[in-house]
Amino acid sequence: MATEHERNPGMALDLDWVLGTKVNRSAVERRTASLPTRRSVKKVWQAAWLLRAVTCIDLTTLAGDDSPGRVRRLCAKARQPLRPDLIKALGAEEMNITTGAVCVYPSMVPYAVEALNGTNIPVASVATGFPSGLTPFPQRIAEVKQAVADGAKEIDIVITRHHVLTGNWSALYDEIKEFRAVCGDAHMKSILGVGDLATLEQIYQASMVAMMAGSDFIKTSTGKEGVNATLNNSLVMVRAARDYFERTDIKVGFKPAGGIKTAKDAMAWQFLMKEELGNDWLKPDLFRFGASSLLTDIERQLSHYVTGRYAARHHMPIG
Amino acid sequence: MELKEVFETMAYGPAPESSAAVTQWLEDHDRKFGQFINNEWVTSEGADYYPSHNPATGEKIAETMQADQPEVDAAIAAARKAYKKWSKTPGMERARYMYAIARNIQKHHRLLAVLESMDNGKPIRESRDIDVPMLARHFYYHAGWAQLMDKELRDYQPVGVIGQIIPWNFPLLMLAWKIAPAIALGNTVVLKPASYTRLSALLFAEIVAESGLPPGVVNVVTGSSKAGSMIVQHPDVDKIAFTGSTDVGRILRRQTAGTGKKISLELGGKSPFVVFDDADIDGAIEGVVDAIWFNQGQVCCAGSRLLLQENIAKKFITKLKARMDKLRVGDPLDKSIDMGAIVHQSQWDTVDEWVKIGEAEGGEVYHADIEMPTQGCFYPPTLVTGLDPAAEIVQEEIFGPVLVSMTFRSPAEAIALANNTRYGLAASVWSDNINLALDVASKIKAGSVWVNSTNLFDAASGFGGYRESGFGREGGEEGLYEYLRPVWQDRPQPAEDFDPEAEWGATTPTHPLMPNGKMSLTVPGVDRTPKMYIGGKQKRPDGAYTCTVLNPKGELVGQVGDGNRKDIRNAVEAAHAAHTAKPGWAMRHGHNRAQILYFIAENLHARAGEFTTRLRAMTGQTEKAARTEVEKSIDRLFTYAAWADKYGGKVQETTLRGITVGVNGPVGVIGIACPDEHPLLGFISLMAPAIARGNTVVMLPSQKYPLSATDFYQVLDTSDVPGGVVNIVTGDRDHLTKTLMSHDDVDALWYFGSAAGSYHIEYESAHNMKQTWANYGQARDWMDDEQSAGHDFLHHATQVKNIWVPTGM
Repeated sequence: MATEHERNPGMALDLDWVLGTKVNRSAVERRTASLPTRRSVKKVWQAAWLLRAVTCIDLTTLAGDDSPGRVRRLCAKARQPLRPDLIKALGAEEMNITTGAVCVYPSMVPYAVEALNGTNIPVASVATGFPSGLTPFPQRIAEVKQAVADGAKEIDIVITRHHVLTGNWSALYDEIKEFRAVCGDAHMKSILGVGDLATLEQIYQASMVAMMAGSDFIKTSTGKEGVNATLNNSLVMVRAARDYFERTDIKVGFKPAGGIKTAKDAMAWQFLMKEELGNDWLKPDLFRFGASSLLTDIERQLSHYVTGRYAARHHMPIG
Repeated sequence: MELKEVFETMAYGPAPESSAAVTQWLEDHDRKFGQFINNEWVTSEGADYYPSHNPATGEKIAETMQADQPEVDAAIAAARKAYKKWSKTPGMERARYMYAIARNIQKHHRLLAVLESMDNGKPIRESRDIDVPMLARHFYYHAGWAQLMDKELRDYQPVGVIGQIIPWNFPLLMLAWKIAPAIALGNTVVLKPASYTRLSALLFAEIVAESGLPPGVVNVVTGSSKAGSMIVQHPDVDKIAFTGSTDVGRILRRQTAGTGKKISLELGGKSPFVVFDDADIDGAIEGVVDAIWFNQGQVCCAGSRLLLQENIAKKFITKLKARMDKLRVGDPLDKSIDMGAIVHQSQWDTVDEWVKIGEAEGGEVYHADIEMPTQGCFYPPTLVTGLDPAAEIVQEEIFGPVLVSMTFRSPAEAIALANNTRYGLAASVWSDNINLALDVASKIKAGSVWVNSTNLFDAASGFGGYRESGFGREGGEEGLYEYLRPVWQDRPQPAEDFDPEAEWGATTPTHPLMPNGKMSLTVPGVDRTPKMYIGGKQKRPDGAYTCTVLNPKGELVGQVGDGNRKDIRNAVEAAHAAHTAKPGWAMRHGHNRAQILYFIAENLHARAGEFTTRLRAMTGQTEKAARTEVEKSIDRLFTYAAWADKYGGKVQETTLRGITVGVNGPVGVIGIACPDEHPLLGFISLMAPAIARGNTVVMLPSQKYPLSATDFYQVLDTSDVPGGVVNIVTGDRDHLTKTLMSHDDVDALWYFGSAAGSYHIEYESAHNMKQTWANYGQARDWMDDEQSAGHDFLHHATQVKNIWVPTGM
């Protein structure tokens, strides 16, 4: 991960920051309802934005039937996310377009590392008892250590949701801080499991604690909860990141995950990042999509841009 | 633009909406439009034409005809002719026409939106996502009322031919607010769009014809303000509905004074946007964007006065400025902008002049630090801080993208600042504390209050103002009554022409009247000459003059004080004190007000014999008639005791997730000039609904027969009526009415007197936009419940405030 900014060192838990902010759902919804209708990018701008979106994808497989072969196929797609003829038509040969990372289960890390050998594409591993985060704490710590040892450069940890539901902020803070310590140089994304949290305000609070505990990214969800990334929960998290930046001058990244399937979705999130946080948060060091099918839809849109024809899904190589 | 460059900069590019279809439509009309009368285009030779410009480019896109008297007459004649049949058309049938119009609006959604943006300069996002959908929604909603009218509104009939004059800021939406309720309820209309923005109304007219609406039901007349005056002054127009500036509203109020035309005015505003420290701050910032930078701030209910709790003000302003710097201003047809063009250069000049005044007044002006178009009529989002209420731009409506901010320390101060305005159209209140937010919402004097939200509108909820923001509501059930008249009542048609300069309400000096043997007392009685009744006490008349009361035979039956300006002033002060007392009259429970009204009835009943005797002595009526009047008066008190806790309002079925409550609030202080006929019953029939609904009153009893009112002092005294709720000033009624009329702290005036008096009070009401209710010299039967205890009494005694409370976890 190319980092152009200081890594979040974390800070002492300050509950004034955590509890001092109100989040009003109807106000959040009013903003998100008009965000995608207030902005639109067309033609070459759209192509460039979608290309940028590709570089922010954590191309993901987190399924029970994952296998080394499946992971290798995914890595191949990460290395060459767009058909070479499209890259050529876009004049993007020199831009070295790859996805932001490949994201897999811990046991798949070695295969992914091997498949991505010779690229700059980091391997991200979920850890800490993904997706529920309810395995015994020592095992969760061991899991992080193992993934890092196997070559994962990014660790997507899951938090203990009941710490949020019960307002046990110090327990949440301590847990994330320990995860961060064992991540070492690997960047840590904290998955809040927002679909399991009760209110938007709790999403804000959990985001703030996770950042104080040293998260490099805050991430919406595992993809396994009933509700995953939405513009509403994303807006709340992004605003928490902005508040944290305004107070500490530290930039924390954001990763919406689960349910972002279309190029149009991707642009809506890009508008959100640009409008609420700014251009810095549009690049992969501070913005990722946790997605699997999104890439194919972006590829089809870019194909349409290049050829003027609507593309068939089966014309795009699968990952 | 290179792909690689955008890939790095992540800039927005142009995202234009095509204007091709609109261009074609304009070309089909040779870019020249006549009047739309009887579903046909009408032109006349030698007519003048007025250019329509696209304010974003300055380009002339069409020209429209300037109507003169013949066109106005023709349109009104067409509407009158159509009215005969349309008003008798079954509601079910009218509902189908309404439905057809709504459907056709949706079919032409994009064409309407693009034309609206080209003609007005508003962003295509707004015309596409807000104006046109709401246009359709209004016709759907009112299709429902057309369907239900025959059964649910059977006490009412349509008003007749309606003249409607709308502004340039929401040409289509304002058209919907005017036309939909009018025609749904069986009226026919002549609509005049604003000169800057005539085109979308003309496209709408074609949609009306396409929907098969009978000719003449909707007519569109384009023309200058001269044509507007012709419509307003036309004798065959039964009602005027106007949205626009308070200054023009005043002119229209004067032009229609005394004519018996109904009038509703939706005027200016300087709406407060109140943010408490426990609000969702980022949410409130977006609220500000929607409040003042929606439609370039050219919104009558724009949240243009930002009131921040002092402890968050600095942080809020910093965040707000950062947000302003993200706004995009540009081509209205660009799908990626937040603000389009100001409608016209002259409006731009006005806005800029206000900002310069603000600067001169010591305000710190911040223009958004953004790229602005180099051509066209664009004004940057602007914030002025550091000013106090004394500054002119804090008080005056700017009607542009300019926000002024101030701070407050406590909820009470927030309410005081919010209400420190001559307007009362709308307000936003931001707090996540429901107790605080709803309490503040209930205390701000405005027709729409949005909690943790802003600029919410829906056809199911009435919109309209308090104070100089006008009167009447548009939308909701409450809006229907602007286009209805009680079935029993014909339109008053006072025959005379009146002159505002004519002497009216001048004082007549009083003098002693010698009994000349007409009094035949052997033993002198104990003198019972009443004083004024002010603040719950008898007060000697300020002028220390007395007038005499004669019976129809010319015999002296008593004397009362001759009130003057100062008695009125004192009475109004007392009426206000009754509101600010703790608990204020309006703040008491309806149950408590009902108990007091029942108590008044009880005490009147106990003295029925005495009042019967008094009525007989004053009016010479038979004992039976006098007794019946007293009995009916008791009945009326029971009626309004009943209504005291049953007319609070209702939950509106808007599109909001949450609760929209339409509260029937009191009007405030009402001056009531009572009729001479039925001196007791007329007095009670007017006083009771007013106080039942939480108003305090200054009563001017029948001038001829005031003694039943002065006898009533003791009834009030013994009935637990708090001092100041009912104040009674006797004397020359029209003179006292004139004083009440010119008192800016009287909120409404009800006048039951002569046609000339009705004219003068309506004319004078324009000064502070007092709500008036006049009888144009036409008596009503006070004994008849349909005429004199109907819904319209409650309607006049209340004004609707809609409080919007979105919900969500």
